Amino acid sequence: MKHESLEINAGLLALFVLVVISIGGLVEIVPLFYLPGTIEKVAGVHPYTPLELRGRDIYQREGCFYCHSQMVRPFRNELLRYGHYSLAAESEYDHPFLWGSKRTGPDLARVGGKYSNEWLTIHLIDPRSVVPQSIMPDFPWLATTDLEYSDIQERMEALKEAGVPYTDTEKGYQANVKRFGPKLAEQFNIPDAEKNLIAQAEQGNYDGNPKRLTEMDAVVAYLQVLGTMVDFSKYNQGYFAKFR
Amino acid sequence: MAQASTAVPEQYNYDIVRKFAVMALFWAIVGMSVGVWLALELAYPHFNLNIPYITFGRLRPVHTSGVIFGFGVNALFATSYYIVQRTCQARLSSDFLANFTFYGWQAVLFIGLISYTLGYTQSHEYAEFEWPIDLLIAVVWLAYVWVYFQTLMRRSQPHIYVANWFYMAYILATLLLHVFNNLSIPISMFSMKSYSLFSGVQDAMTQWWYGHNAVGFILTAAFLGMMYYFVPKQAGRPVYSYRLSIIHFWALIFLYMWVGAHHLHWTALPDWTSTLAATFSVMLLLPSWGGMINGIMTLSGAWHKLRTDPIVLFMITSLSFYGMSTFEGPLLALKSVNALSHYTDWTIGHVHSGALGWVALITFGSFYHMVPRLWSTKLYSTRLVYVHFFLATIGIVLYITAMWVAGIGQGLMWRAFDQYGNLAYSFIESVVFLHKPYVVRFIGGLFFLSGMWVMVFNMWATIRQGRREAAELEAKVAAKMARA
Repeated sequence: MKHESLEINAGLLALFVLVVISIGGLVEIVPLFYLPGTIEKVAGVHPYTPLELRGRDIYQREGCFYCHSQMVRPFRNELLRYGHYSLAAESEYDHPFLWGSKRTGPDLARVGGKYSNEWLTIHLIDPRSVVPQSIMPDFPWLATTDLEYSDIQERMEALKEAGVPYTDTEKGYQANVKRFGPKLAEQFNIPDAEKNLIAQAEQGNYDGNPKRLTEMDAVVAYLQVLGTMVDFSKYNQGYFAKFR
Repeated sequence: MAQASTAVPEQYNYDIVRKFAVMALFWAIVGMSVGVWLALELAYPHFNLNIPYITFGRLRPVHTSGVIFGFGVNALFATSYYIVQRTCQARLSSDFLANFTFYGWQAVLFIGLISYTLGYTQSHEYAEFEWPIDLLIAVVWLAYVWVYFQTLMRRSQPHIYVANWFYMAYILATLLLHVFNNLSIPISMFSMKSYSLFSGVQDAMTQWWYGHNAVGFILTAAFLGMMYYFVPKQAGRPVYSYRLSIIHFWALIFLYMWVGAHHLHWTALPDWTSTLAATFSVMLLLPSWGGMINGIMTLSGAWHKLRTDPIVLFMITSLSFYGMSTFEGPLLALKSVNALSHYTDWTIGHVHSGALGWVALITFGSFYHMVPRLWSTKLYSTRLVYVHFFLATIGIVLYITAMWVAGIGQGLMWRAFDQYGNLAYSFIESVVFLHKPYVVRFIGGLFFLSGMWVMVFNMWATIRQGRREAAELEAKVAAKMARA
């Protein structure tokens, strides 16, 4: 066939273009959904609790991921700075993924447990009061805005549609008990979401103000769970390499 | 427009081209001003002003979408409608649908950019618009596909000119990418909020397949279409090699779709995918440079125009930046280089050498050629084109050198060890290091933005002059008619 036949036939040209631009995506994306090694077999990764989920929503809303990655790479300097490199499994329930593409600030994939709730709260309200050279914006409104959670069930329903094992059935709950243990399984029950959210906030008192349930409570709860789900001491060093 | 109202329907629908061209300039000012403000926020965080709507995290997508979808895509609408009509010698197939794409697209931009400041975002870079806006984009884009193809079908030339292949690839690919990367589940019909259908590694791969091809098809292929029409026109020479344009067209659109995963080197994406992407990124150098060579060599035999015609100067400089950033791209896609450059400002510098150097400069050159013709007049001032050229070029050079320093410095500090094998720098030391390059970047941005204002003035004066001339002509004709 001569190239000229494409140059004089718009439909044929369009068809060829469509075929040619489809191949790359088909080869690189589709296998990721079924190749068994893509997501590591590892215990501990679980969906977010209702409060953490709302924290994640706010993390998204404020665009934190533009300056903070959540993806530790397998280098020695990153091991020393942040900890074990991130696994695919650790973002299995992340709709969307928030790996980020830029580190204007440090990586947050393993920030959970590294700072106290109090430090995180102060830092979010006024970063330069604890890190004088920081260039992070202040987020004082997080501590003064009541957390909106009336639509928490709708949010969990949507994520359930996307494949997160939140559930509103007894059968789903039992399956979650088997997978995540009874304490967490409780958190993933959609009908109890509001109750669980309030209870976690009261118990955690993340923003240091027990009188109010603020956006700060949710954000800090979210930050504190990041990177804490997998217990890496349970796996020997070579184990994760075979999935790469 | 005034001059069209009394005349018989124009041979071509220039009205729609004029509207898109004016809006492209409008969004350029908006998007670039926001960019300069963001640069200021990064250099001096107090400029976040503690206002939620303009903190860096909410304002960044206003900048990126403002320049890509506001300036870039409006310019592509304008030029694609202009070129498809002129090279097919046919009027746009539907004035109504063309107008629909215009108003629909401006609605997308106004609603979308405001929604960002309110915190509505899908958190997919360059695809942050939430689902209702995505639906509107899809509808507008389908109308675009329809208008464009129907016009191609009406052509009175047997051959479809090469510029149109590139525009066609861009229009089709953008539809494909947009649909798959925005699959999401709204939390209710009455809420803007949605969650992405895919998660983790699959979501990341889909996003960067989209993300890099937004660069590949919107910011590269489509602007090559612009180049293939306006460079030969302005140079008064035919395209250097027809054969080269065929080879590099197919190679470019095939290879681009494989390279997105180079944004995910060393992440939890499986190694086979990222290796494949790195390999294809290196191969992509060939068709990229094929396009650059074809563009620059089109000037062979007319090199003297570089001395006398600032529009040609814009075009050739843009092709040089295109060549440079498409060399830098494969370099950054190598895993070993990427280990240093990823997460740093080197990437930001790379994007801007492409976006400012290639995309913006080729658009400026094309607009200086096209806008006077749309209003049947001459350019108001050639000298101001020179002024714009130097402001823009100085701005770009300041910007990208500042980002090289920032990015490479930052990357080296993160991986530096002291003699005992401990990390040599704390993270905050790398932030402190960024301050000076960030100030220089802000100044570079100011240069570029002031050049943009010079262009807007020049365009405004040109349009005013065109309208005056048209009105004078009309008055003359009317006087003659009255006498007769």
